[in-house]
Amino acid sequence: MIYYDKVSKVYPDKTVALDEVSFGVEPKEFVTIVGASGAGKTTLMRMLIGEEWPSAGAVFLESFNVHRLGKRDMTKLRRRIGTVFQDYRLIPNKTIYENIAFAMEASGKTDGEVASDVPRVLELVNLGHKIWNFPSELSGGERQRAAIARAIVTQPDIVIADEPTGNLDPANTYEIVRILQKINELGTTVLLTTHNKGVVDTVGGRIITMDKGKVIKDDREGKYIL
Amino acid sequence: MILTTIKRITRTGFVNFWRNGFLSFASIVVITLSLCAFGLIIFTGAFGRALIADVKDKVDINVYISLSAQESDILALQKDIEALPEVAKTTYISRDQALTAFKTKWQNNSLIMQGLTEIGDNPFPASINIKAKDPGQYGNIATFLNDKGPADASGTPLISKINYEQNKLIIDRLSRIIPLAEKSGLIIAILLVAVAIIVVFNTIRLVIFTAKDEISVMKLVGASNIYVRGPLVVSGIMYGIVAAVITLVVMASFAYWSDTVLLRFAGVQVAADFELIVNVLSTYFNQNFGQIFGIIMGAGVLLGGVSSYIAARRYLKV
Repeated sequence: MIYYDKVSKVYPDKTVALDEVSFGVEPKEFVTIVGASGAGKTTLMRMLIGEEWPSAGAVFLESFNVHRLGKRDMTKLRRRIGTVFQDYRLIPNKTIYENIAFAMEASGKTDGEVASDVPRVLELVNLGHKIWNFPSELSGGERQRAAIARAIVTQPDIVIADEPTGNLDPANTYEIVRILQKINELGTTVLLTTHNKGVVDTVGGRIITMDKGKVIKDDREGKYIL
Repeated sequence: MILTTIKRITRTGFVNFWRNGFLSFASIVVITLSLCAFGLIIFTGAFGRALIADVKDKVDINVYISLSAQESDILALQKDIEALPEVAKTTYISRDQALTAFKTKWQNNSLIMQGLTEIGDNPFPASINIKAKDPGQYGNIATFLNDKGPADASGTPLISKINYEQNKLIIDRLSRIIPLAEKSGLIIAILLVAVAIIVVFNTIRLVIFTAKDEISVMKLVGASNIYVRGPLVVSGIMYGIVAAVITLVVMASFAYWSDTVLLRFAGVQVAADFELIVNVLSTYFNQNFGQIFGIIMGAGVLLGGVSSYIAARRYLKV
């Protein structure tokens, strides 16, 4: 479903973020990418949604080269991928309902679908009681759950979660991981990045380890690459 | 689907307008100031036109007729003058009318009235008052009368004096100043409009930069260009509408209060002398409200909407 083909990224200041990274992800797989800060995990995620451009190599979603898509197709691709980030990225001047409704409206859902699906998905992440609050009125864990609700409300094929537990306490971390697992069980491909060993141990499944822009271990390969 | 999209974009634009309180306030202030500049141009133009019309109306030349001239000859001369293409209007003032007007004017001055009695006979000549279509044409009319040198049947010249030379200075100045004032007004208006567009454009750009994070989130959830740019344009149009309403209130207040203030400062006598000028703004505002409303509201919507659209297109690479 997703394939990174010898993807490299070198920034103008010569920092190497990715160095010939290659791996594939199958539909409905739960993949955890682990590594220290600066290992290239976030760059890898941003490549998939067209926020970063590779210096060499290519990223494929199904048969499409992500970075050769036109603006319209890129917009359509983003509607197929739900995103969750460490800093939540909720729109501060919209209520939680409006934040989630906006994602649905942007993907062309009807008013009826928006009205029925937003409360339902907020109940799913235990935020039904905060539906009319603004993000600033929520705790870190609640904001991240709202971000997850926004990511899954359009029923995307893929959810990418980039360090979603980075700002959270252990209880909230566990809660977020549990929700992501549940999403995966319902048939959505999940890519999770983390540097938290506790999260890795909880999630299990396929783990890809990165260091200095390279994949150094991939569980599916069953061995350390370096 | 298109209607739903338009409805959602409009709603988001309205919500952003209320929630981005300070930025909305700043944008409205900038657009209001720009529209007030438009209002100032409109009022200056109206005041200038009224002033020019008033002065033009007061500038004239008088042809004084010799005391011995017959009325039939004078009326024939008046007919000749009226036939000139430069002439807008002529008024014949007979000797008796001139005497009556003098007496009315100085009736309370016993010394002058006594002098008039001592003269015995009517000392005032008949005259023809001429108003030209344009102040610059008085020279041509005076030349025509000098060249023609009208005389009665006995060969006695009909005209004793033309006061063109006395009025020449003011007529020449007006002929130079009026077109210059009109051209300067136009140049100032164009400059003010250009400055207004640049200032509003930059304010909207600031709004967009402030909403940078929000816009990046919109892109992440797959919002199309119209979903990101549309609400900004709607908010821009709302800034323009609110600014236009404020400007119209300011203009109305200025138009009415300026009359009172002018009267107070100028004093009753001077105000009476310049009655037309004192009342010109409120009268103009009342009579042309529809047109002024259209110009200010149109300019507000254009300034807010078009500036937002251009800034969104230029600075939002969605």
